[in-house]
Amino acid sequence: MSKELMTKEDIDRALTRMAHEIIERNKGIGKLCLVGIQRGGVSLARRLASKIKMIERDDIPVGSLDIALYRDDLAIRKEQPVVRRTEVSFEITNLIIILVDDVLFTGRSIRAAMDALMDLGRPAAIHLAVLIDRGHRELPIKADYVGKNIPTALSETVEVQLAEEGLEDRVILNKSGGRERNAE
Amino acid sequence: MLNNKDLLGIKELCLEEIMLILDTAAGFKDVIGRDIKKVPALRGKTAVNLFYEPSTRTRTSFELAAKRLSMDVINFSVNTSSVVKGEGLIDTAMTVQALGADFIIIRHTSSGAPHLLAKHLRASVINAGDGTNEHPTQALLDAFTIKEKKGRIKGLQIAIVGDIAHSRVAKSNIYCLTNLGAKVRLIGPPTLIQKEVKEMGVEVFHNMEEGLKGVDVLIMLRIQMERQGKGFFPSTDEYSRNWGLTPARLSLAQDNAIVMHPGPMNRGIEIVSEIADGPRSVILEQVTNGIAVRMAVMYLLSGVKR
Repeated sequence: MSKELMTKEDIDRALTRMAHEIIERNKGIGKLCLVGIQRGGVSLARRLASKIKMIERDDIPVGSLDIALYRDDLAIRKEQPVVRRTEVSFEITNLIIILVDDVLFTGRSIRAAMDALMDLGRPAAIHLAVLIDRGHRELPIKADYVGKNIPTALSETVEVQLAEEGLEDRVILNKSGGRERNAE
Repeated sequence: MLNNKDLLGIKELCLEEIMLILDTAAGFKDVIGRDIKKVPALRGKTAVNLFYEPSTRTRTSFELAAKRLSMDVINFSVNTSSVVKGEGLIDTAMTVQALGADFIIIRHTSSGAPHLLAKHLRASVINAGDGTNEHPTQALLDAFTIKEKKGRIKGLQIAIVGDIAHSRVAKSNIYCLTNLGAKVRLIGPPTLIQKEVKEMGVEVFHNMEEGLKGVDVLIMLRIQMERQGKGFFPSTDEYSRNWGLTPARLSLAQDNAIVMHPGPMNRGIEIVSEIADGPRSVILEQVTNGIAVRMAVMYLLSGVKR
């Protein structure tokens, strides 16, 4: 059983608001860059970058980050995560990084992402932007920019489908399904 | 996901597994290009280099690959170990495993030695060259380099030149490149190309000029000096005259052909310095890519369920 949590329009409005919040809170985009976590976060980071460009009329650097090698569950997962490219072609030292992911859940992916970023340089700060915050944190991590807060049960899964992956833009909640299948 | 806990040869891999290793290596190439060339993926695991044959570059490459995955590495140097006291291969390997090795990287003069160990050990066995059989990670790094430089492998004309008969690199490359859809040509004297390889889906040329016409990639093999004076070829001078890569011969290949060599090179014999150090040579990039490919192999083997 599944339920639609966000439509194409909902996602677009949420991203537009987040783009404004990012610009407002950082007083412009002078020292900003966006880094999306592979894979869902990368598409969202690109969308945020194009919205920010429309508002500020200036480009903002965008990178992609693969966290497979920094995960804390490599030894216990059923399926080994696929290693993808990390493409951060700019120097992150002294920049404010807006780390972008699709779903914030336990916080473990974000911990891994922060470790991965620290190996690339010494950013001035890392902020977190997520499309969905579904709760159930296992680490002391909090998002700075949130598209939508959705209370969930542990047994449910949240799936963000994006046009970049050949699907129609939407967010769905699956009632059945185990925890290990969670998109995070 | 890989199907076996060991990497024994390219022959034992299917096409999907080869592709997975090459794709994964691209991610590791990013890692080794950074300031901090290390990831925590295999923290707490141990790799042991068990080398029964001299080797500097392959052993160093495996050592660096393991260290960049945050593993601990032990180099089991054979001439100073109890092997000289007569300990057998399996006993030595079992001892190494009992010391806590998760990966045993073996190079041995006997073909099939890694296969024997793999049967007896719980640890992952990686073949770093066994006799005249295979040297799988060399073939994988060659394929990775070709893919990186040419954008594809399928349909390319690839020449392997020299002592095919004694070369485990050649054999692994033939399995790997034909599986990936390349057209492989073997070039060398009849004494150095054994009959069996002709059944591996390759074209054989006993004339360098003819064989090099229109090729996209040249893989030059090392002439093994220890073969000299055993009747395979009259002299290194004669070998170099007939099979050495010179600018005139290279001009027969495609204009954008790349030149590869697994090292160590005999400059002036199988390849002249002008080409080895020239713009078409990707020999040093092969060395760099070797680390990325070996990291990918160890990472993927660690994900195989026992």
